[in-house]
Amino acid sequence: MGLFVLRRFGVMILTALCLTFVVFVLTNLEPNLEKLAKTQGNARMSDEQVQTWLSNRGYDRADFVKYGEWLGVLPGYVIEGADGETRSRCLRPGVDPEAAPRFCGILQGDWGFSTVFKEDVSKIVLTRLSQTGKLMGWVMLVMVPSALIIGVLAGMREGSRLDRSLSTVSIVTTATPEYVSGVIFITVFASSAVGLKWFNGSATSAMEDITFLNFTLPVLTVALYGMGYIARMTRASMTEVMTAQYIRTARLKGVSFRNIVLKHALRNALIAPFTVIMLQFPWLLNGVVIVETLFNFKGFGWTLVQAAGNNDIEMLLGVSVVSVFVVLTTQLISDIGYVFLNPRIRIS
Amino acid sequence: MDNLTWTGSLGTILNPALVVAAGLFAIAVVLQILASLVVEPYRAQTLPDGRLSRRGGVTGLIERAPQYLLWALILIVLGYLVGGVVAPYGKAGIVGAVSKQLTPVWIALVATYAVSIRYKRRLGLYGKLFDSTVGMIGFGIVMFWVYTAFFSSVGGMIATHDPLSQVSGLKNKLPGTAVPNATDFAMGAHYLLGGDNLARDVFSRMVLGSWEVVKIAPLATMFAFMVGITLGVPAGYYGGKLDTVLSFLANLILAFPVILLFYLLVTPEIVMTGIPSYMAAVLFVFPVLFAMVFLNARFRTDPKKRNVILGVVVGAMVWAYLSLISQPGTVMAFLPAALDLFNIPPGILVVFVSVVFVNSPTVFRIVRGLTLDLSTRDYVAAAQTRGEGPWYIMLWEILPNARGPLIVDFCLRIGYTTILLGTLGFFGLGLPPESPDWGSTINEGRKLLSIYPHPALPPALALLSLVLGLNLLADGLREESLRD
Repeated sequence: MGLFVLRRFGVMILTALCLTFVVFVLTNLEPNLEKLAKTQGNARMSDEQVQTWLSNRGYDRADFVKYGEWLGVLPGYVIEGADGETRSRCLRPGVDPEAAPRFCGILQGDWGFSTVFKEDVSKIVLTRLSQTGKLMGWVMLVMVPSALIIGVLAGMREGSRLDRSLSTVSIVTTATPEYVSGVIFITVFASSAVGLKWFNGSATSAMEDITFLNFTLPVLTVALYGMGYIARMTRASMTEVMTAQYIRTARLKGVSFRNIVLKHALRNALIAPFTVIMLQFPWLLNGVVIVETLFNFKGFGWTLVQAAGNNDIEMLLGVSVVSVFVVLTTQLISDIGYVFLNPRIRIS
Repeated sequence: MDNLTWTGSLGTILNPALVVAAGLFAIAVVLQILASLVVEPYRAQTLPDGRLSRRGGVTGLIERAPQYLLWALILIVLGYLVGGVVAPYGKAGIVGAVSKQLTPVWIALVATYAVSIRYKRRLGLYGKLFDSTVGMIGFGIVMFWVYTAFFSSVGGMIATHDPLSQVSGLKNKLPGTAVPNATDFAMGAHYLLGGDNLARDVFSRMVLGSWEVVKIAPLATMFAFMVGITLGVPAGYYGGKLDTVLSFLANLILAFPVILLFYLLVTPEIVMTGIPSYMAAVLFVFPVLFAMVFLNARFRTDPKKRNVILGVVVGAMVWAYLSLISQPGTVMAFLPAALDLFNIPPGILVVFVSVVFVNSPTVFRIVRGLTLDLSTRDYVAAAQTRGEGPWYIMLWEILPNARGPLIVDFCLRIGYTTILLGTLGFFGLGLPPESPDWGSTINEGRKLLSIYPHPALPPALALLSLVLGLNLLADGLREESLRD
């Protein structure tokens, strides 16, 4: 088990390195750097001005060197620019140049400086993640229990009317991406023209203070899309368990249907959905980006959109590190959890 | 000119009926679900004369009521649609006018169903689809959009206005508003589903937007399948280092959040660097490779026949491939214009490539898993003993036996690709902003959503119905392919 986790950890770090390097190369392409220079400097810069702007800030060097600096294995640049000003990678506004460290990469705990938000990347990532964490937490609280209940109810009697109605519901929710359900929800529940006006169509105020009014719609929107999928998986696993030998034995012994479902079937039927729920996290990340844009909730997904739209290199790298970490950790947890939950694998 | 109401004079009879039937249906469904929790399921008995018994009394009624009410609902909805087609323009309101515009689609749908049901025993898996209600409903919805897309863009029928033309005075106007200078009461006299923020017709844009999806989604999914199959089958069959490397790469792409990938790949800056062209050159080579290996494995024993078939098929495919990737004005402009069959606008190419790129790792994983499972079968061992080559076994023994799950996944994946295309449009990536595709239209409509919901709602519902149709179709296919 220890070796397995260790190996997975190694693969995880390799994946993270590859991914961040890909992001690095893509954001450091010539036209992207030009865009960065024009948004940061001014939009009417000539080509030479763009070149000097970039070389003053060390952007015109080889990708590997820059990537090494970002990682913290190479010392950060100190460049005396053409305009006579000395710039250093490790220097932050308002810090004494002498006190700046030589290495400043992710290994030193320095995530870089966001060019859009004018703040440390680590700080932004932390505050934004905590906002998104709230959203994710509520989504999980809504999505997982309801999906499991729907799946178990549908799967306990395969082919029954209840099964068919619930399966239809879950197919409909899997066919409704967040931007569709969000639009429908806002129209029905929040629109000032025709709607019921029960909830707010914007979740901006939820960043300070979560209320039922401003947070219901975003949470429902994200939860709905994932719910159908988990419910269908639960249903499949439940129907499989319900046809197992030991369920038949229990039935022949005269155990009541309720006890068969609750005591004999449920635990075994919930092993497969566990891994599905864990693997659902990366998908939630996507949903979160859409919902945060739609409801104007300034969390992690919103930050991603802002950073990507402005080619904020270090912010994007920070965002990708976090998302890769989320994806790979959930995969790891789902693998380990599967081993722990399944007695057949655990004992052998 | 008068504005249209939703149902016109037809509504005076049908609207109350619809409300009553829908209300009763909702109550009946709830009752039925509650009853199914309490009452034991009924097992039908065969009566002596060969008929089946059914449950009587109140419980039986509760069980059957939703079915009857559903039929009533369907009849009423059909009443609206048929009434709209038959009645003169405007008499049956907006619903009727829309239905009238869609007349070619209705005719094509009825014809398709009539022919398919008539000959369903001879049509293989496609024919079996018409044995399952779910599959039939799904197929109907999908074909509805396919026909709509086809007739509106190629046939130039359905849409009432140009999707880009703006009519002053109709900005954000409600559904059914009359066009100011229209004189006669006929097609094009109204904005059937209202006007959007730039005073364009919402209905025409929605209808023509379906073409953007129908054009890209199935083709992109097919390419993703080609890539996934060409790499996944050998990875599963050979295993070892090849498998390790390919699986690592697939997991690498899958670990990317899709939206981050889109934001990095689908930008005008990336198009400028020519990366999409290079990616297209790599990704589109897979169908050619696949066809080559596929045919070679089959006709290897008969070199003469093989050379002819390979020459014709692969020659045509290579030509198509070269004209696909060669594009004047980009990094890949090598083919003279006379030989270049078609050109894809760079904006569409980048969307296409990135959608294929995102989808293929998942297909790879599915195909690899299926191959791992199937390569332990006896018929594979038999083929190995016969001395068949590895590619013959992979492509002619294993692949045909994996077709069931692959066809089902193909349908689901077209739906997923549709969602991805919508996501791209929603973030304003790739396609030009005035493009009528559903994602872009939703993106445009969402800015004023709480005041004017009508521009965003039709494309949202259209996308929902298409994806739902594909999911139902996949479900029907799965059911039918499991049956035998």
